[in-house]
Amino acid sequence: MDTRKDKFPHGIPGHNLSEIEREIPIEEPPAWPINKELKVIGKRVSRIDAHDKVTGKAKFTSDMKLPGMLYAKMLRSNVPHAEITGIDISKAKSLPGVHAIHLIENAPKEGEENKGSKYPMVKYAGQPLGGVAAESLEIAKDAIKLIEVNYQIKPFVIDMEKAMEIGAPIVFDVPIEQQADGGDVGEVHDGSKGKGNVRGPSTSSFFGGPRGDLAKGFEEAEVVVENTYRTQVHTHMPLETHGVVVDWKTDVMTVYASTQNTANVRNEMASIFNLPKSKVRVVCEYMGGGFGAKHSAGSYGPMAANLAKKTGRPVWLMLDRKEEHIAEGNRPSSIQYLKIGAKKDGTLTGIQQRSHGTAGVGLGAGVGRIAQVLYPCPNFATEQYDVLTNAGPGAAWRAPGNVQGAFGLEQAIDELAEKLNKDPLEYRDLIDKSEVRKVERQRGAALFNWSRRQPAGSGKGVVRKGLGVGQSTWPRFVTLDSSVEIKIHNDGGVEVRSSVQDIGTGTKTILAQVVAEEMGLQVKDIKVNIGDTFFPVGPGSGGSVVTGSITPPTRNATFEAKKELLKLVAKKWETDSSELFIKDGKVGHKNDAKLNMAFKEATKLMRTSQISKTASRSDDYGGFQQPWGLAFGDLGSVQFAEVSVNTDTGFVKVDKIVAAHSCGRPLNTGQLESQINGGVIQGVSYALYENRVIDKATGHMVNANVDQYKVPFSMEIPEIETLIVEEYSARSSTDAYGIGEPANIATAAAIANAVYNAIGVRIYEIPITPSSILKALKKVS
Amino acid sequence: MNKFSWYEAKSIEDALQQVNSTVSEELYQHTNKATVFKSGGIDVFDWVKEGLLQPQKIINIRNIPGLDKINFDSKKGLRIGSNVTLAELASNAEIKENYLALHQAVNHAATPQLRNISTLGGNIAQRNRCWYFRSTDHDCFRKGGDRCFARHSENGENENHAIIDNGSCVSVHASSISTALMAFNANVVIINSEGEKKTVSMDDFFVTASKDLAMENILQAKEIITEISIPAPAKNTKSAYIKQVARESYDWSLGDVAVVAEVSGNNTCRSASIVLGAAAPVPYRSKEAQQAMEDKTINSENATAASKAAMKIARPLTKNGYKVPLFEATIKQAILEIS
Repeated sequence: MDTRKDKFPHGIPGHNLSEIEREIPIEEPPAWPINKELKVIGKRVSRIDAHDKVTGKAKFTSDMKLPGMLYAKMLRSNVPHAEITGIDISKAKSLPGVHAIHLIENAPKEGEENKGSKYPMVKYAGQPLGGVAAESLEIAKDAIKLIEVNYQIKPFVIDMEKAMEIGAPIVFDVPIEQQADGGDVGEVHDGSKGKGNVRGPSTSSFFGGPRGDLAKGFEEAEVVVENTYRTQVHTHMPLETHGVVVDWKTDVMTVYASTQNTANVRNEMASIFNLPKSKVRVVCEYMGGGFGAKHSAGSYGPMAANLAKKTGRPVWLMLDRKEEHIAEGNRPSSIQYLKIGAKKDGTLTGIQQRSHGTAGVGLGAGVGRIAQVLYPCPNFATEQYDVLTNAGPGAAWRAPGNVQGAFGLEQAIDELAEKLNKDPLEYRDLIDKSEVRKVERQRGAALFNWSRRQPAGSGKGVVRKGLGVGQSTWPRFVTLDSSVEIKIHNDGGVEVRSSVQDIGTGTKTILAQVVAEEMGLQVKDIKVNIGDTFFPVGPGSGGSVVTGSITPPTRNATFEAKKELLKLVAKKWETDSSELFIKDGKVGHKNDAKLNMAFKEATKLMRTSQISKTASRSDDYGGFQQPWGLAFGDLGSVQFAEVSVNTDTGFVKVDKIVAAHSCGRPLNTGQLESQINGGVIQGVSYALYENRVIDKATGHMVNANVDQYKVPFSMEIPEIETLIVEEYSARSSTDAYGIGEPANIATAAAIANAVYNAIGVRIYEIPITPSSILKALKKVS
Repeated sequence: MNKFSWYEAKSIEDALQQVNSTVSEELYQHTNKATVFKSGGIDVFDWVKEGLLQPQKIINIRNIPGLDKINFDSKKGLRIGSNVTLAELASNAEIKENYLALHQAVNHAATPQLRNISTLGGNIAQRNRCWYFRSTDHDCFRKGGDRCFARHSENGENENHAIIDNGSCVSVHASSISTALMAFNANVVIINSEGEKKTVSMDDFFVTASKDLAMENILQAKEIITEISIPAPAKNTKSAYIKQVARESYDWSLGDVAVVAEVSGNNTCRSASIVLGAAAPVPYRSKEAQQAMEDKTINSENATAASKAAMKIARPLTKNGYKVPLFEATIKQAILEIS
């Protein structure tokens, strides 16, 4: 590979900004300077689709209306554990307006318990069993009610601790496989290990396994904190529910999907229906939120396709709110035991973590890697167990595992600081080796006015104020299979094409910014056509990978296309194309100010109607930590919380959050703030409000709505101030990364620490409710 | 979706001739042949959408003329037509001036959007929000079933439920406005199909779960609420209302308290009317708290004593013990607000 050397900005402006030389592939574009010196990048650019979204012109999946389209509804079990002995569809079939009924049938595998049974075993209330396509949604719903399912009921278990007991009803009596769309990322969950409903443990991640000697570590410890922390099951609650519209024509199956991963949905559908990928087209133009639960085609995708196949008509299948809560993923619960030892000077000597969590009928209920990597500690071990229960499966949920893990770890670190008689921030300065978090602590503390913090429980009066802090880390993941096509049309138009979807965070806009910056044009000049698998494959919107994966090839392809265009101009001007540049929509010559040409005029020099360049994500400059795309560095954050606790009624109000974050080179500050706001709001909600409640006697969720499943509305949302720290690491042509997951990790921990600071009693379980506060204050037994 | 026919009632007589059931009766008996009233429709359509109520016919009483007036007379008191919306009540200056606790209760009810649609008659006649009662998967007492899922000592999810009078169904009444109305000794005016008019005090309007599981108020099928009236406030009447909720923006009460009292010049409480919402299956008048405040100076000590007296009879369930200190704090605060 031909390479060249180039100098890149490196470090944090205002702190340690310097330059670094990297050896990079010769075809890569020259280094961008820091944001201050750029025109479009790093600026507060309005979303290019903002107007369409707020006026309702943007059409989401459920808005799709195709000629002859039928509406479908899923049939779901209404018992939590049973064998199906028969399903009678005769009444439903004869209902006028019903066009097709499709039942999910068993594909028995070797060793499966109900081998020979026609239908799959029911493992949770709400499990999909089939679907109906009809002329209207109302008819489809009526038809579902007419289907009679006969069950042979089996004992079931909902409560995680009950499920762990010897003699508990067994959810699966066979090994189970990890779901592709499971609740955790990066941990290996082995469903064949373990006993009964308790599977695992997972003891390692891509950061390795246990370190050092834990016994020795605790022997050396002079101060030890040892506690158990509990977190609830948290459902995703995207405003737009899961769903698809499938239009299966002879030569191509088009799937309009509410998905955060068009490419993966395409791959699943192609595989299930034995079609070449080239004949499946997945389209997602606008997304109403996913938060990790929409990477897959689910069961509704294949259901809609089966019904489309049976009827020869397009089929619309969107879930309702109840189905969304019950069957389409959640953040698993956790019970985490954590023991941390330190010397009197604060040096960490040992971290031991043991967790149990339930993702219902699935695996992936770990507590992430945060205890493993946030603070260097020579002796570390974790055991993360999955407990199976008869409830809906988990799914990846904004920083899977790590949000639960941070709730435990960051409270334990606070307790340790207190035992060591150190301020929580100063203690983190001591044990945290991250340079960016150090800057975030400094700048965040100043913005938050941390110095006003009083000793825990020292406040007087009924309503007590408290201040707390929480930290997080998230890996810089890169999806190597990320490609983009740039087209320059001969009328001056510039187009970006990729299958990557805009989950709602503003991906379309940052791609337009990158192209505009490189091409010397304005954002409005760039048309972004993404979310379509007929274009080059882009990454899924998960793991905060999108920005870091798709913006470098976008810049690189733009650079290539620009070079091609400049060659044409150079030929006309009889000069060398390396002397030419494009700025403010005009081609110019470095050494001859008289030579210039409007960009649009330049495109008329093309022989063909377009220049088309496709680029894929190259390896990071200097390589990766792991060759599959684990980049060097991390996405660090520090969040500060201010709360008021009413000690008479037990109500907690979050007054303010200061969220200090880094994401490499920030591309669009407005959109970053918006994402951080969203992550913080979900964190507040996780800490205080949301909780899936399933009746243990019946196995049914009792708050599967938005009335009793409480998400915060405007008055519950605190004042949020964001602070974005620019951090240059010279790893790619954009040096930019995402912010989605980091925004959500530390919030609940920071709130819990603030509550402790307010009342002087620690709450070990979320959601924090009046009941838990009044119990902690011993006002109720 | 189940189909039903729609009838636009032109008058009270017209409506009463058509109707053959109450929503409560139908939720209990499931005849699927019911003809029921709908005013604002918020509660009725919730039941229909959940698939728990399948009426044959819905009579829209929302547009019956003459039921949408608010009249205040300083001698005769306040008369509110049953079709008056909560938004209209919330913005009424005379209510704010003379019945402050009612004004506060209305302003804390639901959301601005819902207040635009909800009517007062519908609000006091709505059914409770127990998540088991509202679930198609749980056949509870209130729907003709054989158990109360919430009361179950091991599995019951009863954090929002009753701490008083919770021997059978443990739900709490959903109308927090009723808490204030009862404290003002409001009356409900009801007309039946014979044209007979009766006036029932709020205390007698609600039916406790131990008396009848099928209903939460005395309304019969062939009856309609036309008006809610409140006596003119005695001189020196002061009132306060406080509602405790998980979410300020929009939520059901976890405990609400209305205090209406005559307060003499030296800050002495002459007679107090103290009502608790979300404490019992129906709005609960705390005679213990009232008695404790009679002829007492309004101060922290006496307010605390009254709140403790009110909670003496509380018998929390497995998960709602927090409501006892919550009510103690709220009763005390509401009493102190009238000083």
